[in-house]
Amino acid sequence: MEILVIGAGCPSCDQVYTDTLAAAEELGLDAHIRKVEDLVEMVQMGIMTVPALVVDGRVLAAGPGLNKAKIKKLLRP
Amino acid sequence: MEGLNSIWLFLQEQVLGMQWLRALIARGLTALGLDVAGLWGGMLLFFLYDMIKIFLLLSILIFGISYIQSYFPPERTRKILGRFHGLGANTLAALLGTVTPFCSCSSIPIFMGFTSAGLPIGVTFSFLISSPMVDLGSLVLLMSVFGAKVALLYVFLGLLIAVLGGTILEKLGMEKYVEDFIKAAPPIQAQGPELRRLDRLEYAKAQLLATIRKVAPYILLGVCIGAIIHNVIPESWVQGLLGQEKAFSVILATAVGIPMYADIFGTIPVAEGLLYKGAGLGTVLSFMMAVTALSLPSLIMLKKAVKPRLLIAFVGVCAAGIILVGYFFNGFQGVLL
Repeated sequence: MEILVIGAGCPSCDQVYTDTLAAAEELGLDAHIRKVEDLVEMVQMGIMTVPALVVDGRVLAAGPGLNKAKIKKLLRP
Repeated sequence: MEGLNSIWLFLQEQVLGMQWLRALIARGLTALGLDVAGLWGGMLLFFLYDMIKIFLLLSILIFGISYIQSYFPPERTRKILGRFHGLGANTLAALLGTVTPFCSCSSIPIFMGFTSAGLPIGVTFSFLISSPMVDLGSLVLLMSVFGAKVALLYVFLGLLIAVLGGTILEKLGMEKYVEDFIKAAPPIQAQGPELRRLDRLEYAKAQLLATIRKVAPYILLGVCIGAIIHNVIPESWVQGLLGQEKAFSVILATAVGIPMYADIFGTIPVAEGLLYKGAGLGTVLSFMMAVTALSLPSLIMLKKAVKPRLLIAFVGVCAAGIILVGYFFNGFQGVLL
């Protein structure tokens, strides 16, 4: 699966990225995780609220309030 | 009528203004042997009272407002706005700006999302101006500090700046100064996740915690500066520089406020201290508007998405509106306070 963490320029975006890495590892997911900071790419995906979590092209969460426990719940297969 | 009046007065002074809290703290400080009319006692009283009041009001407000906001994510706002045209669209954009959740790091994605969806540039800017400057939380906090008349006028005039500012930018033909990569982006309709009531409550709680964490340093700093102005700085200085009849005070306050980055909640105690020491009401309000609507970090971000010409026009239109509002409030201060 492909996991994208979208957002740049705010501390909570960095936090969500590290939390996602940790969550995926704890769940033992075979995932390709990437942080998207490019504005153009962001617009093309239609993302307007950051930080956003996108898995295989689906927006699972957007906006503040994501933590590791929540991300784990969202990622659990 | 009189009964209604006293109910309103009670709401204003005790519920929103929390005068009981002030009395309670004053009594506590006196019991500890501090003179609340003196320099240190007075400063401590201002600090404690403002600190507790702002955090208490803020917590209740943000929770409630975030719950409402969870119904208006930017994706939905964009869809709603797409159905309207002309001045109506600008007005609606300004109004939705007050309820759409939005932090400075989201402003550029929102700007790009709106523009690539084909919303007119004026509508997008109406939204961008109103969103940081006017929100439901600031309305209640302003009521607590300055009274209902001033608070309602602040919100009304803030929205007016947003509507007119957006319209003027549109009329100036600024559309062509948006960076090309935004215009070239395909308009994709991303769907946000579905929310149930529990999700919304959780969202409100998360927003509350995130916001408190984010604004706490600004409030702390704001209350400290407010306490110093309130108790240490001589009245004659403030009046001499920022008094209501000083013609340049509004322009000075706006110019100082523009590059500053602070939350509206942090600027309110500073405004409170300045007003108490005889600064003009309009001067204080234009300072608040300038600090919240425009700031160096947000302008640096916006610069990535628009060309210099549009950026300058944006700052110019906002500053002009804020200065006019300042003179308006200074002119009618006697009637309003």
